[in-house]
Amino acid sequence: MLSDALLLQLGYNATLVTLGAMMLGLSAGVAGTFLFLRKRALVSDAISHATLPGIALAFLVMVALGGDGRSLPGLLVGAVGSAGLGLAAVSFLSNRTRLGEDTAIGSVLSVFFGFGIVLLTVVQSVGQGQQAGLEGFLLGSTAGMLRGDATLIALSAGLTFAVILLMRRPLTLAAFDPGFAEVAGHNPRRSEAILMAVVLAVTVVGLKIVGLILIVALLIIPPVAARFWSEQSDRVLLIAGLIGGVSGYVGAAISAIAPDLPTGPIIVLSCFGLFALSFLLAPQRGVLAMALRHIRFRREVHLQQGLLAIAQGQPIYESLTRRLLIREGLIRADGVATPEGRAEASRRLRDVARWREIRNDPALEREAALYDGLTNIETVLTPDQLDALDARLSPQAEIG
Amino acid sequence: MMGMEFVSLSLVPMLIGICVAIACALPGNFLILRGQALIGDAISHVVLPGIVVGFLVAGTVSSTVMMLGAAAAAVLSMVAIETIRRLGRIEAGAAMGVVFTTMFALGVLLLEQADTSGVHLDVEHALYGNLEGLIWLDAIGWDSLLDPVALAGLPAELPRMVLVLLVIVAFTVILWRPLAMMSFDEGHARTLGLRTTALSAALVILSAVAAVAAFDAVGSIIVIAMFICPPAAARLMTNRLGSQVLVSVVIAALTAVVGYVLAGYGPLWIGQTASVSAAGMIATVSGVALALAAIWGPHRRRVR
Repeated sequence: MLSDALLLQLGYNATLVTLGAMMLGLSAGVAGTFLFLRKRALVSDAISHATLPGIALAFLVMVALGGDGRSLPGLLVGAVGSAGLGLAAVSFLSNRTRLGEDTAIGSVLSVFFGFGIVLLTVVQSVGQGQQAGLEGFLLGSTAGMLRGDATLIALSAGLTFAVILLMRRPLTLAAFDPGFAEVAGHNPRRSEAILMAVVLAVTVVGLKIVGLILIVALLIIPPVAARFWSEQSDRVLLIAGLIGGVSGYVGAAISAIAPDLPTGPIIVLSCFGLFALSFLLAPQRGVLAMALRHIRFRREVHLQQGLLAIAQGQPIYESLTRRLLIREGLIRADGVATPEGRAEASRRLRDVARWREIRNDPALEREAALYDGLTNIETVLTPDQLDALDARLSPQAEIG
Repeated sequence: MMGMEFVSLSLVPMLIGICVAIACALPGNFLILRGQALIGDAISHVVLPGIVVGFLVAGTVSSTVMMLGAAAAAVLSMVAIETIRRLGRIEAGAAMGVVFTTMFALGVLLLEQADTSGVHLDVEHALYGNLEGLIWLDAIGWDSLLDPVALAGLPAELPRMVLVLLVIVAFTVILWRPLAMMSFDEGHARTLGLRTTALSAALVILSAVAAVAAFDAVGSIIVIAMFICPPAAARLMTNRLGSQVLVSVVIAALTAVVGYVLAGYGPLWIGQTASVSAAGMIATVSGVALALAAIWGPHRRRVR
């Protein structure tokens, strides 16, 4: 069953929805990366919650005009309208009053959503007998979607993705260096407006698939996960898109075979699975890699201190240091240094003296900056420089 | 309207609404000053899986177990947010976004899987609660307020909410000076020897208690609105923290009453028959209050 769904064998509509969800995830991952880079990830939460009153109003208007209240294009137009209003309210509150952006986001989110709930109860009392089905917009439901709706969603997801691809460069510039972007001829207000329009489009397209409460996850989780894999913005964008796309695809496929489950949570949980993998396993910033680095670093510090203690004839009591030295064959079990241990210890002591000399010599200022107590001196200076250094050190050694 | 029907149908929901509004608005004052306004939003999303698991464990809608579940979920999420923020070096807002959406998704999925058909536990309930449903069946008029038999039939949410409100008021009054100092200049407060880490943890925990207690009665949306809108509106009205907190309490209580009345009787005034969601209407009214303050409030601009 699951393989059928993943291989798009469940009919035309399910295929369209799955591809639409994939495209939506791609767009959301990329658009979300720009928000994330600007540290404005949660603005999308206000936008998505602000769609609800628009949806309900559109329904009421369409019913009042004698039409079918459930027509998806009409509902989405309403969603765009009220989400735009919500966005304007967020920027008014955070730019024109003393309130912070988080306060603006929280108030717009709760008030618009609350008003949406009021309108939903009105819809329930108006559409008696006629099941409005607007609740599907809260958590997403792709089961039993009409052909036209599926096509509309797939097409607009594709369109959004195309716009993002075209606008990639100005958006990246504005995210990292608004000043430079302005000098380079990109109007910062326009990039901001484009970014917000794209986020709005993602939100509205995602209403039917992920639902308005959880669409914010598709804009936040992929960039955060992608950030673990790379330090380069191009790659983060690409990886975020991939993560979003895969979770949209997998989530929609799973929910196609389990129509009772709302689509949104499944997509979000697939997305979180990819995030957890990235968090643990990413090569540089992942938790596992960081733990390994930490262990290696601790080992180096203990070996260095232990060897210096041997060189200076001090006893070693610290148990981890003793274990490490014994394991490396540098001391015997009773704490007496082996010949290799003594040789390595005197080398380390010599290097300490060399470093001291480097740090006292203004001519070697740049090399001295690399000193951290662990760096191997032979990676910093050439053999010739080391010989010159030793020549300066030796007379003092003879006196001492 | 002011007789027996009012006491049994509207008095209790209105009182609960007022308690919830004030209990959330009080800590909200400090949260918005500290740039943590979205904590109420996060908490009310993350407790859902805890409540569902509590329900599955207990087998019934038992407030105690569900509260414990909610508390466990809130603690788990806080640990998760801190872990992602510190270990992953991710900005706090984004880390919060990752955790609260995932927890909410988990809660919804659990809810759909569990057999909750016999009880009033579903996503809609979690979002906008059922304030109107908290009626006092044993009341037969104002005299019932003095009748122990009738008082025993009060919805359990009311005494619980009153207790939570008292705890929060006590916390605010007793720790007023440290809280005020911490909210404006955390570094200065720390140099004076205040334990700001413990205090800010206490503030967040207390907000979580308010959110969880209110969540059961009125749903999450009103909680988020009350954490932010009354304090934000008050912030635009005055420059002094003391008057800001008082104004926010007044706004919160007024909002709860006006919202409830508008939801219950407003549609009747314009000729409709059915009432609308009280929780949604209270959130809406608080938004109107904030909008008025943002347009006409005397201290709405940033001090330069």
